[in-house]
Amino acid sequence: MISFNKEFIKVLFMFKCVYTLVFCIIIGISPSFSQHTEEHVAETNAVHEEEKFDIGGMIMHHIADEHGWEFTHGVKLPLPIILYTSDRGLEIFSSSRLDHAQVYNDYKNEHEHIVRVNADGTVNEAVHPMDFSITKNVATLMLGALILILIFTSVSKGYVKNKGKAPKGIQSFLEPLIVYMRDEVVKPSIGKNYGKYFPYLLTLFFFIFINNLLGLLPGGANLTGNIAITLVLALITFLITNLSANKYYWKHILLPNTPKWMWVIMIPVEVVGVLMKPLSLMIRLFANITAGHIIMLSLFGLIFIFKSWAVAPAISIFALFMSAIELLVAFLQAFIFTLLTSMYIGSAIEEHHAEEHH
Amino acid sequence: MILLDNALLNPSPGLIFWQLVVFGSLVFILWKFAWKGILSALKEREGEIEGALRMAEETRAEMAKLKSDNDKLVAEAKKERDFIIKEAKEASDKMIAEAKERAIEQGNKIMEDAREVMNQERVKMMSQIKKDVATLSIEIAEKVIRKELSDKATQQSFVSELVADAKLN
Repeated sequence: MISFNKEFIKVLFMFKCVYTLVFCIIIGISPSFSQHTEEHVAETNAVHEEEKFDIGGMIMHHIADEHGWEFTHGVKLPLPIILYTSDRGLEIFSSSRLDHAQVYNDYKNEHEHIVRVNADGTVNEAVHPMDFSITKNVATLMLGALILILIFTSVSKGYVKNKGKAPKGIQSFLEPLIVYMRDEVVKPSIGKNYGKYFPYLLTLFFFIFINNLLGLLPGGANLTGNIAITLVLALITFLITNLSANKYYWKHILLPNTPKWMWVIMIPVEVVGVLMKPLSLMIRLFANITAGHIIMLSLFGLIFIFKSWAVAPAISIFALFMSAIELLVAFLQAFIFTLLTSMYIGSAIEEHHAEEHH
Repeated sequence: MILLDNALLNPSPGLIFWQLVVFGSLVFILWKFAWKGILSALKEREGEIEGALRMAEETRAEMAKLKSDNDKLVAEAKKERDFIIKEAKEASDKMIAEAKERAIEQGNKIMEDAREVMNQERVKMMSQIKKDVATLSIEIAEKVIRKELSDKATQQSFVSELVADAKLN
């Protein structure tokens, strides 16, 4: 188990370096690109379109959320747009109504932000519609949840059907994973009271895993690479950790075992530590998955930058290699998120019998 | 600050809302309809396997114990058998020896008795024979005398002889 982890972390570290580099470059240059595209729209587009391939815009477009689900140019699955405004209440309509910069019900899609426009076409700054639309990411979220429910209820049924017999089919495929999570990840991290948290941790693991995999499919959404998703997951981990924490945990933070004058430094450090844990979870998953997508898209973008079919074979080999790495990362990030969550919970509910603990 | 302006780093409230709803219900639904069944079934199966293993272990120990008991019993039985055989042999030897002794004794006694009876018979016979010899002698003597004394001369000589003898007495 230890060596397995070390191995993974080594691989992870290697690719994280690559990720971080590419990620920083893309993030760093993208605002200029988006500004660039804004100018495009303002100057009634299509003038500069032939000029230069906008790789930053393409990548941003692919890893960001959108209203409607575009699989390829012209093939766009319309999804419901759900808006709430204080003056008009709830409004629901199809996202196809806003395609191609159309205005519908005084609404317009400005770079995936739905805004109210006045009669003369200018944005009405007074109204801030709250957007609860079923976007591409929400649709993926629901799809992933549905897949998980179908898979695991069928697995659960398998245990009733094959009672007293060896597991069969998908049941035998997923059982080792469940048992592995229990015996190697959750039990050692949390201790004997793991049972309360285990269903949540299993859901967490399989949720991240399946959505990482769905994100790798062509046309798939970058769901686990969206900061809103990782924010909620990290927030739940934060709540579970701190709500189930025992007095030793709080004593360690608020009354550290150091000289009293050190408390001025120690207590803020400990409090920051408490907040950093979920924050690191949030950013780790988001950054890893997004960086993976950015690398893939950058590789494909190279074909358009060179404007040549000749680079395609080399790019394909790289992309294939990256896809294999992404498959590994898909599992790894789900595993790490679950492992760290269990470790945080474990550290919060750990019983300290001896006072001399550091 | 450029990073914070980026759309990627601004969580959209709508997605947060849906994630809370969908993920929350996913946790609940899987908890109720999947993990509960799966985990309890796993636990139950593990318990069964553990129980079966423990039972096998216990059975093996019991078997070993039974076997050693059996061996002990067999050994004991063997010992007892040997003892019984030995005792029986001893008893029979003793009996044979006794019987032999008694037979010898009996034989001796019979012989003694027989000897005594024989002795008595002999004594009786001897006395009978003596008697018979005496009678026979008298008869013979009488006959001889009668014959001797049938003629006068002989009688005479005989009488004289007798007289001569008588004189000697």
